[in-house]
Amino acid sequence: MAEDFVNLLADLKEQEVLALTEKRIKSGEDPMKILDDSRAAMAIVGKRFADGEYFLPELVFSGELLKQISEMVKPHLKQAVETKKLGKVVIGTVAGDIHDIGLNIVEFMLDVNGFDVTNLGVDVPVEKFVETVKKTKAPIVGLSGFLTPAFDAMKETVEALDKAGLRKGIKVMIGGGQMDDEVRKYAKADAYGKDAMAAVTLAKGWIGAK
Amino acid sequence: MEENWAKLSPDEKREARFKRWLSPPGVEFASKEAEKGYKERVTRFIKAFQLKKPDRVPCILPASNYAAYYAGMDLQTVMYDYDKLAEAWLKFFRDFKDDLDTYIPPALVPPGRALEIVDYKLYKWPGHGISGNTTSYQCVESEYMQADEYDALIKDPSNFWLRIYLPRIFGVFKAFPQLPPWTSFEEIAIQNLVPFGLPDVQAGFKALLEAGTESLKWIMKVGEVAGLAAAEGIPGIMSGLAKAPFDTIGDTLRGTQGVMLDMFQRPDKLHEAMERIAPLTIEAAMNAANAGAVPVVFMPLHKGADGFMSDKQYETFYWPTFKKVMMALIEEGIMVILFAEGRYNTRFGYIKELPKGATAWWFDQTDMARAKKELGDMCCIMGNVPTSLMMTGTPQEVKQYCRKLIEVCGKGGGYVLTGGANIDKGPAENMRAMMAAAKEYGTYK
Repeated sequence: MAEDFVNLLADLKEQEVLALTEKRIKSGEDPMKILDDSRAAMAIVGKRFADGEYFLPELVFSGELLKQISEMVKPHLKQAVETKKLGKVVIGTVAGDIHDIGLNIVEFMLDVNGFDVTNLGVDVPVEKFVETVKKTKAPIVGLSGFLTPAFDAMKETVEALDKAGLRKGIKVMIGGGQMDDEVRKYAKADAYGKDAMAAVTLAKGWIGAK
Repeated sequence: MEENWAKLSPDEKREARFKRWLSPPGVEFASKEAEKGYKERVTRFIKAFQLKKPDRVPCILPASNYAAYYAGMDLQTVMYDYDKLAEAWLKFFRDFKDDLDTYIPPALVPPGRALEIVDYKLYKWPGHGISGNTTSYQCVESEYMQADEYDALIKDPSNFWLRIYLPRIFGVFKAFPQLPPWTSFEEIAIQNLVPFGLPDVQAGFKALLEAGTESLKWIMKVGEVAGLAAAEGIPGIMSGLAKAPFDTIGDTLRGTQGVMLDMFQRPDKLHEAMERIAPLTIEAAMNAANAGAVPVVFMPLHKGADGFMSDKQYETFYWPTFKKVMMALIEEGIMVILFAEGRYNTRFGYIKELPKGATAWWFDQTDMARAKKELGDMCCIMGNVPTSLMMTGTPQEVKQYCRKLIEVCGKGGGYVLTGGANIDKGPAENMRAMMAAAKEYGTYK
């Protein structure tokens, strides 16, 4: 049943996987098991996305299915969910830019690959990045931007992290729309990632995970 | 239009429109040289579009709100002060006149006060939702149309817009759901007029009138600038905008998230809605192209880029109604410029389905060498100096980059040198370096 569930969710079979979720809950199974299986399925979705088999619509739809399953399972949970994470990453779209399609894909991919992601959303003031890095002690920061005003905002964000004495202890990656390696140099970030898979590879490389 | 218009082939119609572009009705040139320069510039673009060799590679400087910053102002200022708007754009025009093959008047800088008057929620602009020093206005993505509202849109788009969609994006229209459908007026109007007496409804209409008055002030200034540029011999390059129906739904109705869920959960409704929207898009673009002398419609493309969807999804959802819009314009002899934001490397096969010499593809980060090789004999290609280079590079670097592009893409004609996207700020020397490259390396012998 567990294996069916993982495949049904990874294959995005909406009705079947929701019916099976219902069945598993009714059978009195440990709801934590269902969430573990969901995570396994989402990892497969992430892999298929990385392999070019899935695209954005599949990510969005799998996220929707996961939301529905979690809502069904939640009332039956006895303890809070805790999972081991590879490491913390703070991400956000820089000040003056309100785009988040790319940002949310990066969050998804980091999450299914085992990272503890703090997503600060869009138009994030530099102080907010500084404050969050201080609070979470995250060793990795991902700056997202879509348009050209983001060039300066990225530079200012990295400068602010430096000024707060945090720069040496962290790695900063940038990505999105008009970003490229030239902007990486301009902003004095550590790396530019072309897509969400690059963000995962970079983050894993920095924390020494495989 | 000519009397036998209906009998002309699409190619003949395009030729007729090009002729009109070359001799624009209503334009009085400032001098004989201005007229000569105008014809030279337009001919340069026409030949590139026709995949022939012009005298040299045409160039479009990638300036969007650039003139504002070049003049020492900012977007917020020129969105609210139309005299300053004209002043900034005219300063850029005068200073760069020798470097311009075409000129884009400030028609894409919206009047801020008009947007405020209607409490426009679809966009944020400097000082209104985003910081005053931001150099661009930006769309606020949201689910403005609910999943269960497809039928309302399909049944009667105008009614859907007036009574469901607009009240969500114009704050002042919040009472408009109470309006009767216009089609309810038949026989003698008795009750149908009552909603128009409601104070909230009246406030909506009053605001609309006021926004209209404000917009008229703005368009007069924009028109002044555009008229002056044309009289001096610098042509415009586009007359109207259109979108792929998938983007219309995905950008500002259902949102990215919504439209992508619909691909799985209600694909038939999505298809039906796109089919319903396509003719509306076609009509609006056609009207714009017919109103001006420039026979070019510009289509910015969003959610069909590489990585956004698979080839299969593109073919199923994005391409059919997108192609339908393009083909309707092409049939009428209108040249279509497609601005493919991001990358479009995986979509060349679809582009090849279009008739030869009827479209021009402006690429952002697409592989230009491959584009030239695969598309070079069927459509003009445009692009793609990176915005990062234009904003942070040196003039020498810009010139070198342009030289390489010209050498690869300019071979045999069919190429327009321009940016991958437009910039708002950056060294003026980099703009000049781009045109210098077009002149120095782009001259055909």
